[in-house]
Amino acid sequence: MIEVTINGEKRAFKTGLSIADLLVELQMNTRAIAIEINQQILPRDRHHQTRIVSGDVLEIVTLVGGG
Amino acid sequence: MLTDQSQKTEFRGDAVGNPTAEKPNAIDLFRVGNHKFQSRLILGSGKYDSFEIMKESLEAASTQCVTIAVRRERLHDSSGRNILDFVDPERYILLPNTAGCYDADTAVRCARMGREILKGLENPGADWVKLEVLGDSRTLLPDPIELLKATETLVSEGFQVMCYSSDDPIVARRLKDAGATSVMPAGSPIGSGLGVINQNSLQIILDDLKRGDPDYPVIIDAGVGTASDVAVAMELGFDAVLLNTAVAKAEDPVKMARAMRFGVQAGRLAYLSGRIPKSRYASASSPEVGVISKRPNRSK
Repeated sequence: MIEVTINGEKRAFKTGLSIADLLVELQMNTRAIAIEINQQILPRDRHHQTRIVSGDVLEIVTLVGGG
Repeated sequence: MLTDQSQKTEFRGDAVGNPTAEKPNAIDLFRVGNHKFQSRLILGSGKYDSFEIMKESLEAASTQCVTIAVRRERLHDSSGRNILDFVDPERYILLPNTAGCYDADTAVRCARMGREILKGLENPGADWVKLEVLGDSRTLLPDPIELLKATETLVSEGFQVMCYSSDDPIVARRLKDAGATSVMPAGSPIGSGLGVINQNSLQIILDDLKRGDPDYPVIIDAGVGTASDVAVAMELGFDAVLLNTAVAKAEDPVKMARAMRFGVQAGRLAYLSGRIPKSRYASASSPEVGVISKRPNRSK
């Protein structure tokens, strides 16, 4: 298992997961999200090839109402 | 954008005619960066009591551009309703904001996230951002130093940066010089409903940013409370109005959205019409010749 921080919350996952796997694990609707790993944007076309490693800090964001 | 015929029909009539001798039927389009709009009202999508009321308000306002915020996805209950089911990204150009960011670095990250999401949606708004870098949580006034820094970074990354700014003319000039696509001074604090407080500073900003560059878009962002505020802003010569709370928190948001739509149109038409100069004394509308009464001779 490895520990990563997602949206400020520490979570444990099995080793070797890709970002795409992680999103499935989190049951997340991926239509309108963006992902940042360690403050760098991870483009959508790299979700499959990028694996999370221990200590990664992820932000998963979406759109909400705003002015 | 407006490929569907029904949408074209729906938006018709919002652009104000600007007939001139050369172009008698010219439509007065609002151009900002790569975008062109018939409507000069940009509406926020926050603070409505329900998504349904928001959707109806956007329609009543006849807006074509909607601001939207970027926030953390909920990890445990992400199955809730999505705002995009009510703000159709096929219909509206979205303008992602960096609301809630208090330093340049965070605002830049937020802008990149917004772009990434909008790219995924194939929305034309992926190329721009409403840049907010706040300096104080009570006034929600921008931090001009951080704002300028973030503007420079985002411009260098190819963003069209729409800068939420204070009504300081020097800051406005610095933002334009840094490459901002539009400077958007607040009429008064966000959500305050106080309207256009400092007309003089705003007029200076307009004069300065448009000197030798009359098409440079300057938008009033925040503070308006009702339709007359919007009309005042447009009469001053602003290219558009961006607002949210005044509609979302009105007793009847849908009706207020319509009022804002007409306020923008009335103000724009009045601006284009060239108002009469102000005078201390009266000027009779009816002819003075042939009056059957004698004029009292009290004044000299």
